[in-house]
Amino acid sequence: MSSNVNVMVLAEHTATQVSEGTHELIAKARQLAAALGGVTEVVLLGPRRLASQLAGADVVVCMEHPALVDYLPEAYERALLEVLAQRSPRLLLMSNATVGLDLGAALAVRWDAPLAAYISALEVEGGTVTATAQILGGKVLAEVELPGQRAIATVLGGAFSAEATEPVASAPVVQVAPPAGLDALRMSLRQVVEAAAGDVDIASAEVLVSVGRGIESEDNLEIAQELADALGAPLSASRPVVDAGWLPKSRQVGQSGLRVKPRAYLALGISGAPEHLEGMRNAELIIACNTDPRAPIFGVAHFGTTVDLFDLIPELVDRIRT
Amino acid sequence: MRIVVPVKAVPDLVEEIELTPDGSGIEREYLKFVLNEWDAQALEEALLIKDAGGAEVVAVGLADDPEIDQILYTALAKGANAAVKLVGTNAGGPPGRAGTPLGVRASLMAAYLQAEPADLVISGVQATDDPDGQLVPLLAALLDLPHVSVVVSVEAGDGAVLVRQEFSGGRSHELAMQMPAVIGVQSARQAPRYAPVSRVKQATQAGGLTELAVSPPGLGPGLALRRLCRPEASSHAEMLSGSPGDVADRILGLLRSRGLVKG
Repeated sequence: MSSNVNVMVLAEHTATQVSEGTHELIAKARQLAAALGGVTEVVLLGPRRLASQLAGADVVVCMEHPALVDYLPEAYERALLEVLAQRSPRLLLMSNATVGLDLGAALAVRWDAPLAAYISALEVEGGTVTATAQILGGKVLAEVELPGQRAIATVLGGAFSAEATEPVASAPVVQVAPPAGLDALRMSLRQVVEAAAGDVDIASAEVLVSVGRGIESEDNLEIAQELADALGAPLSASRPVVDAGWLPKSRQVGQSGLRVKPRAYLALGISGAPEHLEGMRNAELIIACNTDPRAPIFGVAHFGTTVDLFDLIPELVDRIRT
Repeated sequence: MRIVVPVKAVPDLVEEIELTPDGSGIEREYLKFVLNEWDAQALEEALLIKDAGGAEVVAVGLADDPEIDQILYTALAKGANAAVKLVGTNAGGPPGRAGTPLGVRASLMAAYLQAEPADLVISGVQATDDPDGQLVPLLAALLDLPHVSVVVSVEAGDGAVLVRQEFSGGRSHELAMQMPAVIGVQSARQAPRYAPVSRVKQATQAGGLTELAVSPPGLGPGLALRRLCRPEASSHAEMLSGSPGDVADRILGLLRSRGLVKG
């Protein structure tokens, strides 16, 4: 039997904890490995003691080296390349967050494999791996095949569910020796900076009024702020509003911002790019206002309206105040 | 120090995006194209380095990208020292009609950078229309340069560059990198500057786009696209219709029933 039928997952972790996204990837990898007739291998770069958290892995492939204590792009890339060369998986899964954005396309070149990014669905159809990528802000899906004997997919957070597995993992740990390249890196980690506390903690708010690209200008934030004030809620935003400098980073909801779970989330002028949905899809009540009836936000909202937000907000404010 | 900023035109997401009937692509002919928003952040970060200590900033685009002249002249108006348009890049189809695949784009940029090396290459962390990855790590691998993405600050020093790389939840790492290096910017230290229309006009009248022919090296395996489609009908949300007042009544009803609005 050909050796490359295994599915490999790159574990992401802090010094003490494996990420939630890693568990999601392991659950998906198990399904794919079963369909391919292979096993699930999880790569753990750094502290071997975290292997016990990798429930669902059939094999844990571990590499330890001083350069792998914290995430460092070049060190991870060289380490992974060594692991890929030794283990030859059919498919490597990584998160589509910082690590996948760093390493996916670079490994595609160096390991000579196609890459599918922004992935929300992955299947095996008669030996062929197929994937669905969310592009153009989630407005379009690209269904792709990953041809050949090896491939890489970077997967959106929340695309798959983690399995409720027993916390006890007894997968064998295979230790791989670090390549010499780890001693000649062209970059180094200077310091780890924890997230700065914002003026308001949007993650603990009961209600959030959140604005996106549809708010159009910084001046228009005032209108949304009025509604937020009337509801006694903080104003939060999707990435484009923060990148434009209209609101501070501490107000950003999404994969590159904060994950929130308020009792009610009002999404105003937010189309629902995958990066945003990842941060708010678990809110108890989601009400979305967007003039585009095909906006992806309506796929996760409980209630929606295509009324113009500039018409809706004053009506809401009037009613709350009277 | 020479900083090259690869830029790309992408569909304006504010516009309605139509797919071709066979699902092989998007209808590009009547679509509005704009500078990839992350490339705008990358250009801003490069200009901030120039402002701080003097660097030469060169914006580079592909002649096949729609609206690329406008994008490059705007970069000049914002303060780029030079703008280069890579010509002869058409990978099939009439110019501007079919998008240039990411792999071809990266190979062309790599060929340019081999001919005209840079100390820093700074580009957007991603583009909205590439299901097959991102330019920065691809380019870095082709050139065998160190690279880092999801960067929110770049400060160049003596032979090295200090960058801040961001992770989910706002945690970040400060890295020191040797130059030359390739950097993928998530957001600049400040919002991208505005170029007044008059300045863009001036830049356009002055000309100043350098055209350069490059021939790309061979490419590795790529993805096979089956088709593009729309997300499943967004049937999850119960749609509230009527006048803005009617909708406001329904929304407040929902909030009040959960005790989230007083009164």
